[in-house]
Order: sequence, then C-alpha cells, then structure tokens
Amino acid sequence: MKPHRRKKLTIIAFIATGLSVAIGLSLYALSNSIDLFFTPTQVAAGEVMNGQRVRVGGMVKEGSVMRSEESLHVEFVATDYAHDVLIRYDGILPDLFREGQGVVVEGTVANGVFEASRVLAKHDENYMSVEVKAALDAAERSMSVPETEGGANGS
Amino acid sequence: MVPELGQFALILSFCLCVLLGTLPLIGAGTGNQLWISLARPLTAGVFVFLSLCLLILGYSFVTDDFSVQFVAQHSNSLLPIQYKITAVWGGHEGSFLFWTWMLALWMLAVSLFSKAMPDDFVARVLGIMGLIGAGYTLFMIATSNPFDRVLPLSPADGADLNSALQDIGFIIHPPSLYMGYVGFSVVFAFAIAALLSGRLDSAWARWSRPWANAAWAILTIGIALGSWWAYYELGWGGWWAWDPVENPPMINWLLGTALIHSLAVTEKRGVFKSWTVLLAIMAFASSLLGTFITRSGLLTSVHAFASDPTRGVYILGFLGLVIGGSLLLFALRAPLMKSEFGFASVSREVFLLANNIILVVASAAILLGTLYPMVYQAVSGGELISVGPPYFNTIFVPLMSILVIFLVLGAISRWKKTSVAYLKQQLRNVAIASVVLGLILPLALTLEFNVGASIATALGLWIVLGIVQDIRLKIANKPSVLAGLRSLAVAYIGMQIAHFGFAVILMGAALTSIYSIEKSVLLSPGQGVDLGHYHFQFDGTEHLSGPNFEAERATFQVLRDGEFVRELHPEKRVYVASMSPSTEMAIDAGFTRDLFITLGEERESGAWSMSIYIKPLVRWVWLGSIIMALGAIVAVLDKRYRRLKVKTLAQAAAEPEATPGVSGGQTVTG
Repeated sequence: MKPHRRKKLTIIAFIATGLSVAIGLSLYALSNSIDLFFTPTQVAAGEVMNGQRVRVGGMVKEGSVMRSEESLHVEFVATDYAHDVLIRYDGILPDLFREGQGVVVEGTVANGVFEASRVLAKHDENYMSVEVKAALDAAERSMSVPETEGGANGS
Repeated sequence: MVPELGQFALILSFCLCVLLGTLPLIGAGTGNQLWISLARPLTAGVFVFLSLCLLILGYSFVTDDFSVQFVAQHSNSLLPIQYKITAVWGGHEGSFLFWTWMLALWMLAVSLFSKAMPDDFVARVLGIMGLIGAGYTLFMIATSNPFDRVLPLSPADGADLNSALQDIGFIIHPPSLYMGYVGFSVVFAFAIAALLSGRLDSAWARWSRPWANAAWAILTIGIALGSWWAYYELGWGGWWAWDPVENPPMINWLLGTALIHSLAVTEKRGVFKSWTVLLAIMAFASSLLGTFITRSGLLTSVHAFASDPTRGVYILGFLGLVIGGSLLLFALRAPLMKSEFGFASVSREVFLLANNIILVVASAAILLGTLYPMVYQAVSGGELISVGPPYFNTIFVPLMSILVIFLVLGAISRWKKTSVAYLKQQLRNVAIASVVLGLILPLALTLEFNVGASIATALGLWIVLGIVQDIRLKIANKPSVLAGLRSLAVAYIGMQIAHFGFAVILMGAALTSIYSIEKSVLLSPGQGVDLGHYHFQFDGTEHLSGPNFEAERATFQVLRDGEFVRELHPEKRVYVASMSPSTEMAIDAGFTRDLFITLGEERESGAWSMSIYIKPLVRWVWLGSIIMALGAIVAVLDKRYRRLKVKTLAQAAAEPEATPGVSGGQTVTG
C-alpha cells in the first residue's frame, strides 16, 4: 500500500472507531435516561409499572394541596379532569406551583400513589407546557361529553 | 407615529440587505468595481437603520407606549428604567430585532477592520451577511414585528416583564450570547465567500481566524453568564441542566472550538480545507437550529417564551435554504479543496484532527439527545418522552476526558511529524506528576478517596503541567526566563491561556459536582441547621417593599466551626403587576466554596421550607470561562493578522507564509 493511502486508511479507521464508540455510548445512555410521559388517566388505568421512572403532567386540583407542618412533605392531586393522581413530594415546590395551574412531576408510582422526585411548574402563567396540554387534550378526547370545562381552563 | 417610523426603518433595512446581498456579490463575480465598492456603504446603511429600529423600540419602552403590543406584553409603568431598556430583548420580537442588529454590528466591524483583505473578497463576505440579514429582517416583517400596535383599544398598563428576567444577569447574558452566536455567521460568510471565489488558501484561513476567535470568546462568555445567572436566579443550586435551550449554544460552542483549531491547521499547513469549510457551515447552521428550537415551541423549557409554529416553519425553511445552498456550493467546489496528507501519523495535525472529531461527536450526541424527544413524538404518534441529564453526562464526561489527553499531546507536538520518543521524553514526567498529585491532592484535602475527583484533578494537572513543560521547552535556549517569555508569539500565549482556562473549568465542574452537599429543611425562626462545617441559624423574616415588588426577607447567621462568618438574606418576592412570585437566593461566594440559601414557602406555623447548599469550587467554572475567553482575545491581538493590504486574492496566495519553515507540505490547489 502506498504510504499516503495507509495514512488515509489510518485516519478513516480512527474516525470509524471514534464514531462507533460514540454511537454505542449514546444509545446506551439514551436507553437508561428516557423518562416516558403519562397522563393521570393512564396512571389511574395502571399503565405504569411499579418502580418505573415516569413523568406525569396535569393540573393541580383546587383545594388538594396538603402541607405538613413538621416536615417538607407535601401532597396534592394532579388531574386531567377525567382522573386524579395523588402526588407525594418531599421538597421545595417551585415558585409557580399553584392550585389550578399546570404541573409536571417526575418520579415513580407505587400502589396508585405517585412519589415525586422533582416537581416542575412553568415560568410563564399564560403558557402551558406541551406535556400538560397533551394530558388535558387526551382526557378531553376520551370523554364523550362535549362539555369541556377543562379545555377552557387550560387556554 | 414613532413606532411607525421604526416599522419604516425595518422595511428599509430589509431593502438595503437585499441590495447588499445581490449587487456586491454580482460585482465580485463579474469584476464590476463600482458594485464591489457598494458593499461598505450599504453595510453602514443597514447598520444605521437597524440601530434606528432598536432605538425606537427602546424609546417606546422608556416612554411606556403600551399601544405597541410588544411593549404592552413585556413592560409595565412600574418597571425600573434599566429593565425597561433591556426588556427590548425580553421577548421574541424584540430579541430577534436585537439579534439582527448584532449581525449588522458584526457586518460593520468586518467592513471597518478588513483593510488587509482585497475588496472583492470583502464584498463577497458582506454580501453573504447581507443575505442572512435579509432573511432575518423578512422574518421579522412577516411573522414577528416588534412594532405591531394594539389599536384602538390599547391597554392602560403593561403585563410586566417576566419576574425571572428582572435581574442583572438578564441585562448582560442575552447580549453576549447573541453576539457570540451571530459572530459565527461572519466565519460562515468568510467560508462561503472563499467557496464562491474558488480560492481556499491559507490567506483565507488567516483572515477568518481573528473573527472566529472573537466570536468564540464572546460565545464562551455568553454561555458562562447564562450558567451563572441560572445558578443564582433559578434557585436549584445547579449551574448546568442540559436544558433543551441550553444545549444549542453548547453545540455551537463545541463546533466553534473545533472550527478555531481546524482553521489553525488550514492556515499553518494548508490542509483540512474542506473540513474547515464544513465546520464553518455546521457552526452557523447550529446557531440557526438553536433559534429554531427556541422559537418554534417544539420543546418546553424555561426559555420557551412566546412560541409560534409559523415562526418555526419560517426558520426551518430558512435553515434548509442556508444549509442546502451552502452544501450544494460545497459539493460544486469540492474538487478545489483537495489537499494531500502532508503529515505523518504522529503529528500535531493528527492530534488536532482527533480533537476535532471528539468535539463534533460530542456536539452530535448532544444534538441527538436534544432532538430525540421531538423525533420520538413524531414517530410514535404523539407519545411524549424526555431525555434527562444522565444521558448527557454519560456521553459528555468521557468524551471530554479523552479530549483533554489529546489537548496536551497536540499542543506539545510539532507540525508535520513528531516522534513518539520525543513525546515520551517531554511528557513522561508531566504524566507521572499529574497522576500522583491527582491521587494525593483530593485525598489529602478531604480525607476520602473518590475516583472521579482523582481523575478530574489528574486531567486538570495534566493540562496545567503540560503548559508549563511546553513553555519551558520553548524558552530553554533564551538567556533569561523573561526574555524567553517575551519571545513567545502572542497567539501562542493566547492559546496557552485558553487551555489553562479549560483546565480550571474542568476541575471546577467535576469537583463541584462531586463534593457539593445540600439539605432541604423546614425551620421556624430561632432554629438552625448544620451542613458540612457550617451552621445556619434562621432568625426569621421581615417584610420589605421594592419598587415593583413586595418581599419577605429572611435573616440567617452563618457560622463555621462556631465562628461567625456572615449574615445572609434570601428573599421571597411577589411582583405586583403580574402577581408572579420569585425567589431571590442568598449566596456567599468564595474562591473555594459558595454557600447558598434558597427560601421555599411559609407554613401556617410561621416555619419556612428552605434549601441550603455548599458548593465547593463552583466559581471555577465561570472563572475558567473568563480565562478561556481572555486567551482567545489575546490570540486575536496577534500582529500577524493585521498585515498590509493586498490588492487581490492572487497576490494573497502568492504571499509567503507567516511561518515559512513549516509550509513545505502545502500543496497548491485549483
């Protein structure tokens, strides 16, 4: 083989090795850190496996927020106006967490109760996160009643 | 009346951009000197009218003209004056105008500081930037006009600026980030101009380098400021979250880093030409992609204010046009970019190539993680997923570690050919010292062994000691150390400063991630909590009224091993106009550690929930970024880039290399 060909080949081999390592790493990392998104209706239907890390989006039900006076423990209900999910959280709620507003929680489900490791509320009050909107839309579609209070609330 | 003048100025800017994007380009193609000479005056015109737009929008904010929709949405009569002015970039329309103005500023800079370049080349560069400007101004006129009015029923008062944006970070972060982002369009324009003229030689690379370095330095500062701002404003104690909108600047930064190194090889050795051009196109495309991601509303994040699908479609179309057009041109000109492999398999070129590949792979991996949720949603029929920080860390951390190893090898080895024995001889002691110290130092300071901390320290020291060794080698034959240091090229000093900054960031980022501790507690006034060596005593809260907010201000006494350190005052604010709450962190910043308190909410009993953090070395992340940017600026100042004017490209190509000794392997192209 001519020397410059060999150099070219070395470099190509080098690039190919680098790329395959990177792709391998990427796929491995992706498979471990994807959080699937569920709606309260799906959680209520038991679609989430125990211990599986998921995200759930919905509206914080009015009057459902219970704060402990002794610890950071908080419980509230996330709803898509079709089904409710009880959320438990030990930590500090974000500034924009409010009753009647959209919320996205990250965590695991055990016996119908959601143990949240992270609670996200959006920065702009006029703006609803894609996830919350998707949950409400899905619930709306599944309800045969044309009355859609939830949709009006979410605009 | 005044906003209509702004509208008029915007339309005029668009017309001037179209002229600038056509006449000088045609002139350069046909050799029409008159049309070529139009480039600089037209650039000045674009700059003047876009500045006028910006001034008028600023005027509307300062005079509380709420009949302008953008002002009504992003300001309020109570808003302090500095935020009224900076609210210009507090929303989509205004920030896009600001962005376009930045482009005009870069264009003006190119037209002023291009005395060393032939006029036809400058005309091409400015023409390309004019075309980009035409795309941006048309986008504003068509989909996001900042001067749109709410008439006849204009609101009495504005909706106020998002409370999270009312902060010094917001005054300085967007301008620097945009400036850096947009700066890569200069390098892109240089690359396209070189493709158009068909002369891709080392002169082109030499002209591009200062611009690439300047854009890169400003982008570095912009990203660091964003990280610093998120750290003290968003209140979760983190400085990087792999947020979908943080990622595009990072992708751009990685590609930009690859680009400035690849440009160095192209200038010095005349190789990697096509790769450099491709990187310039990719870096620019990634900045457009960043805009697309932010504006289209496809991703949810803290940055996703004011999103609109039609805007997304427009930007996507523009992106397709730019990438498609440039790649087509690239393909047509590919035969001109042949360069032989004039270097051995162990040489600086090879190490720089390796670094380039790592940087591009890292940016591709980040892009994959950022876009994956969108693609997944499209493919699966609407199922939503999110990709978390673990993905990004799993990929980014090992890649950067490998990068660091090559960094030192590349810096110390020679162009064209380096013997393995030479590298071993130069770096054996450096390697041993960094590994040994990397094992000992974290252990000695914390009395605990941690693999990650040892690796990070060793890698950081590998860079630092590598720099020391390289400089020692360079000045070994000089009469004194001082004389030796004086003899070093300015650009070389800049490079070593930047590399040192990278070492500081690396150690800061890794060690703060490993050693940070935090605690969330519920405290009543009079209670305290211990964390690490510190004791935090909560003395209760008091009410406070600001210009446009009401606040609860807490007082904490911080003690270290029983000794009083200082008082800290975190706040919980409610902004009056929007009724939106905002948390103001209290931070005791230090070179070795930050103490950080963020308030949660008050319970009925009067107790407050709060989080307390101790973050060692977190400042190093931003300090290192500043050092790194400083290095790039120093490199820009090298005299080499400001040589006498050459009249034509042919002359520029015939001109001898800056370092004639190493140009032997260069092949003539065309």
